[in-house]
Amino acid sequence: MAEQKKGGYGVVNETILPDMEPPASTIGAVGWLRENLFSSVGNTILTVIGVLLLAWTVPPILNWTLFDAVWSGGSDACRANPDAACWTFAGSWWEFFIYGFYDKSEVWRIDLTLWALYVGVAFVVVDDNLRAKRPYSTILGFVIAVASMIFVSAMIQHNAPTMWIMFGGLITVGLCVWAWNLPNGRSRVGLTLLFAYPVFVYFMLGGGVLGLKPVPTSDWGGFSLTLVIAITGIVASLPIGILLALGRRSEMPALRLVSTLFIEFWRGVPLITVLFMANFMLPLFAPAGANIDQLLRALIGVALFASAYMAEVVRGGLQAIPKGQYEGAQSLGLSYWKMMGLIVMPQALKIVIPGIVNTFIGLFKDTTLVLIIGLLDFLSSVQTATTNPEWSIRSVPYTGYVFVAFVFWLHCYGMAWYSRALENKLHTGHKRN
Amino acid sequence: MAEETPQVDASKLQISDEVVIRIVAMNKWYGAFHVLKDINLEVNRGERIVVCGPSGSGKSTMIRCINRLEEHQQGQIYVDEIELTNNLKNIDAIRREVGMVFQHFNLFPHLTVLDNCTLAPIWVKKTPKKEAEETAMLYLERVKIPEQAHKYPGQLSGGQQQRVAIARSLCMNPKIMLFDEPTSALDPEMIKEVLDTMIQLAEEGMTMICVTHEMGFAKTVANRVIFMDAGQIVEQNTPHEFFDNPQHSRTKLFLSQILAH
Repeated sequence: MAEQKKGGYGVVNETILPDMEPPASTIGAVGWLRENLFSSVGNTILTVIGVLLLAWTVPPILNWTLFDAVWSGGSDACRANPDAACWTFAGSWWEFFIYGFYDKSEVWRIDLTLWALYVGVAFVVVDDNLRAKRPYSTILGFVIAVASMIFVSAMIQHNAPTMWIMFGGLITVGLCVWAWNLPNGRSRVGLTLLFAYPVFVYFMLGGGVLGLKPVPTSDWGGFSLTLVIAITGIVASLPIGILLALGRRSEMPALRLVSTLFIEFWRGVPLITVLFMANFMLPLFAPAGANIDQLLRALIGVALFASAYMAEVVRGGLQAIPKGQYEGAQSLGLSYWKMMGLIVMPQALKIVIPGIVNTFIGLFKDTTLVLIIGLLDFLSSVQTATTNPEWSIRSVPYTGYVFVAFVFWLHCYGMAWYSRALENKLHTGHKRN
Repeated sequence: MAEETPQVDASKLQISDEVVIRIVAMNKWYGAFHVLKDINLEVNRGERIVVCGPSGSGKSTMIRCINRLEEHQQGQIYVDEIELTNNLKNIDAIRREVGMVFQHFNLFPHLTVLDNCTLAPIWVKKTPKKEAEETAMLYLERVKIPEQAHKYPGQLSGGQQQRVAIARSLCMNPKIMLFDEPTSALDPEMIKEVLDTMIQLAEEGMTMICVTHEMGFAKTVANRVIFMDAGQIVEQNTPHEFFDNPQHSRTKLFLSQILAH
């Protein structure tokens, strides 16, 4: 097509070739199938085996969990149909799964903390950039409205004082106003809220202030206890981990030694051992009369354990930052902490978001280990319910574990999804130098 | 080498009597390796000094000692009469006076060009944000890339990044600028735009110490050329004398090698 002028060895193309459609067999559904499923004999065989495997396993799973499952009625309905999931079990026990043995007349306090948590999380997830877009702000508004309705009705059902329901509403409205109207310093406020939240939960659940009846931590349980342990671990482990990572890379030998010893100690022992030691051994060493709360001991153990892991994740990120970044910051006169806080850490943490979230997810699931020291976490509360004689049905324990797995998966996948969204958001695109 | 000789308005190049950098009998070791040997150097305000020499001769290390990116072990360095010691206050004070431009730019990739420029004024000098941004835009205009202010460094070409790096240093209003091979990582097409910016700075009276292999720049802009080899200052002279009448055999060899092709 192209006209070529030939003169000796020189070739000059004077026309630009037009773009052509790619061959039909390489695009669209057909192209996709060819490339991904039937690209070779081996691949075709694997595809056939894969389809057969799915056909063999998926229908029974769907039948057990959905189509044959018992969705209504009481334990009798499940006893009549023990070969499928017994969802009415979860339906009849869900309050126990969430609140454990928490004082019945006070469970609205848990509702309030959960309300604040989920509304806050919604705001974090749908951040400024997304909020500027129509569908996201609408979805966010919708989610917050629905969550507020659910939690308000739960609080009313649990006989919450009107004052506290209004307080929850105030938090929600306050978050909305803050998130939509305050242009500057938002991340600082957000960070403050993140660290304030565990304190809020502590006073809200523990009581003893503002006319709230004290509820001993030994009565805390269910999914709310799981959240307490996980959130404490998450909120504590990141800052402690960052400090440990900096300490381990410090130029001061003593600081380096202490940080390294700390990290290697906590990383080297199983979490179960940590919990056992915190639970049974610590009281032996503590001065007579000193009574450290059992839950608090477990929380400290989990937090320090997670911090050691976090420290190594963060250190990995620090090692990826080129020396030039430090030198650029130093040449501008930035002090150590400003250099770390403004230049190095933001880049290092961004690199290790997958590792950080990995640690968070691991921590979240590891909270189930507290059942070993007799704390009634989510898993443990479900197990406890399955031992109820009325529900001693073959399908009930299975249903219970599937239910626990699903709830954990939902939260962990949420974290994973958010971590990917965050990576994309923070990706300024471009090779570092 | 960019063989095209840059144009400079020589009448603008003024040197005062005031000494801004004084290096006295400075020695430095990396472990057992003696990397800088008995360096003595005085730099007056307004001087443009080009440091050249073979790789590993200690030229980068020498200028990096001036703002304490490297620590010297013997001798004294004074910048604006402040002695460089382990005293953090002195180091901070000197780093505020001395700007530095690196071979690999060392821009902060997670911040926009504008934020790169305003970060140090805001956090080190406590300049109000608005004022810092206005100053930054001024310098970005001077290096001819104001339109890139809201992009990230990774979206710019090498030459543009290096000009941002220069603007970022200038935002701290330094009295002295150190250039550590500012054009070595650039494509030939981009070298000129960076050199032009540096020439403009020279014309504005900036005191500059520049490690570079751009001999055209050395000939026209520098008032003094320093040749280093094996950690020592082997020869220093005016560019005219240095290039046309080198004294030391090592200098002659070096010049014949880099000017040969």
